[in-house]
Amino acid sequence: MEIFLFSLFNGLLYGMMLFLLASGLTLIFSMMGVLNFAHASFFMLGAYFAYTISTLVGFIPALIVAPILVGVIGALVEKYGLRPVHKFGHVAELLFTFGLAFLIEEVVQLIWGRVAMDYQIPAFLKFTAFSWQGLDYQAYRVFMLLVSVGIFVALYWVLTRTRVGLIIQAALSHSAMTGALGHNVERVFMVTFGFGCALAGVAGVIGGNVLGTEPAMALQLGPIVFVVIVIGGLGSLGGALVASIFIGVLDFMANSYDLSFAPFFSLLGISADMGGTWTDLASLSSANIAPVLPYLLLVLMLIFRPRGLFGTRDV
Amino acid sequence: MMGNAQKVVPWLVLALLLVFLPVWFNSSFALTILSRIGIMIIFAIAYNMLLGQGGMLSFGHAVYFGMSGYFTVHFIGGMQDAATPYFPISLLPILGGLIGLILGILIGYVSTRRAGTTFAMISLGFGEMFTALTLVLVAFFNGEEGIQADRWVGPEPLGITFGPDIQVYYLIAIWTFIAVAAMFILTKTPFGRVSNAVRDNPERAEFVGYNTQRVRWLAFALSSFFAGLAGALYAVNYEHIGFETVSAATSGLVLFMVYIGGVRNFLGPIIGAVLITVLDSVLSDFSEAWFLYLGVIFIITVMFAPEGLAGLIFMHEPIWKAKPALLRALFVPYLMALGATLVACVGLIGLFELFYHVSQDLVVPDEMNLFGIVTDTASVLPWIVYAVIAGVGLFLCREAYPRTKMVWDDVISETRAALVQ
Repeated sequence: MEIFLFSLFNGLLYGMMLFLLASGLTLIFSMMGVLNFAHASFFMLGAYFAYTISTLVGFIPALIVAPILVGVIGALVEKYGLRPVHKFGHVAELLFTFGLAFLIEEVVQLIWGRVAMDYQIPAFLKFTAFSWQGLDYQAYRVFMLLVSVGIFVALYWVLTRTRVGLIIQAALSHSAMTGALGHNVERVFMVTFGFGCALAGVAGVIGGNVLGTEPAMALQLGPIVFVVIVIGGLGSLGGALVASIFIGVLDFMANSYDLSFAPFFSLLGISADMGGTWTDLASLSSANIAPVLPYLLLVLMLIFRPRGLFGTRDV
Repeated sequence: MMGNAQKVVPWLVLALLLVFLPVWFNSSFALTILSRIGIMIIFAIAYNMLLGQGGMLSFGHAVYFGMSGYFTVHFIGGMQDAATPYFPISLLPILGGLIGLILGILIGYVSTRRAGTTFAMISLGFGEMFTALTLVLVAFFNGEEGIQADRWVGPEPLGITFGPDIQVYYLIAIWTFIAVAAMFILTKTPFGRVSNAVRDNPERAEFVGYNTQRVRWLAFALSSFFAGLAGALYAVNYEHIGFETVSAATSGLVLFMVYIGGVRNFLGPIIGAVLITVLDSVLSDFSEAWFLYLGVIFIITVMFAPEGLAGLIFMHEPIWKAKPALLRALFVPYLMALGATLVACVGLIGLFELFYHVSQDLVVPDEMNLFGIVTDTASVLPWIVYAVIAGVGLFLCREAYPRTKMVWDDVISETRAALVQ
């Protein structure tokens, strides 16, 4: 039971952080029809900015300033990079963001070096918030959960209940008509792109000190976020939430339960004493295949239900 | 007759180059690069069968390259232990190609149902899946270390042992010639044309009666075959294969090569493979920032020259055909634009190198070798000098580019006039 609760809590936490990334990515996708390959790179920038700012000033200023910086960079990238490429089609846009992801990783190494940064959890949140079923839950993790849930609620409220949200939704689905009604659609796109990047930046600030702040972090998380938005359904915020939590919990469950697949393989006539690759196969456990699981889900989803769980259109 | 001769000449040139290059560049370092170039040319053209010919952007084509390499190394190792039947080393690329083909048929079946973003995502998914598997199935992949085997095995026909690198080079050269020729002929077949049609307008191709999914599947399988062939040559050449060969790094590198070289021309991937492999081998020793430059070159290509280097070269073809004398007018503007770019590059690269040097994690001496000059990074002077050079270069670029563009527009309108006459 402890294991179950522990992996549920941590999976939820990881999932909510994935959601911070996925929500921005899925918004940007429904807006421009292009998958932003560099989205996780903005997450990385958020973590690095937060590290530098928090060593200079403190964690709370970092939590505010770093996402704003990331958002501004994102908006500039949209205006001067992505928009000119738009006329060459979706493949060119995808390639642009791919190149950008590569470039951001190199620039991060140029500025901060290749080794991991010592980005610490803020001292004032380092105590045990509560204990339950014999396990301690750190205050910082509760704080992470609160921040990400808060952002989800705020985002949902803005998009569905405010005038700004209405204009964004209109620009997403009927951009020409919205433009004809006198709204500056290009600016809406730029701001939405920047805002999506800023959300990734927030995830970087609160997640960088838990997941580790290093140049490879974007490459590790980026593909997983793709998996999340495909499974949730491209453009669907609710779908992104469900899929994020699902992937997060799945990852922790697979790792902490460590189920063996030996019974399954013995059905196929493969046992651990056959040597070589057969032994590897027979001794596979769920912890082993945890890193493969999201991609397996992605491939299966794209084959059998390309619109995802809650999507309204195919990829 | 004339037409035939024109068709034969490029192949003769390719064959002669493949034969005589190691005579001119005979150091062992140069030979390593030449072998690598041959392998990458095959891989790049195979990749372009997808991206350029078929309009499918893959982020995971290294899977077929790397997996074939793993199988090849296992096979050679098996021959050493007499666990697998003997098979001539020189024909192993066929076996590697078949591995690629089988994987391509299986994975292609599920991934080529649609082109565009869906295809790109599935390819990414499979790429990540295989990369993750290399760390799980240790007996087969041996994790981050990879596996190795000695290619010196079996009988030695004509004294060819594949011990010396030069023999391996010629093996690669022969296979490069065969593979390039085969892939070129493929572009001229009805299949190649239909593949282009499905790329440009799948709906119309479907209406004409072609099964677009079938066409993409076939293109994917054939491309995987040649990627596998290249992977087997890689394994024979290095006698070692590691997880990076199936990973996103290799997939990304081949994408960079093909796109920077140019996707719309058969020569594009060759240009890209040669250029990037040479730069990669030579520059990565001198510069830590090489990958940064590669990324910048790639983004500039995407933004300003989507047809790549080959596109830039071949946009002069109509002028050449209509009135070659017009090209003379472009000479001076090109020289000026090139000079300005060079100055700007020297300045910017200088600054980046200085920056990289001081931002290194290890403790390093202040002095560094920059463009052959011993430079003291602690003093302000080199920073100012390179900043000034960069500034001047960028200013010159701003002056030179619009002028070049004006001359180019004039030349193009004159070409049109010449064609009308």
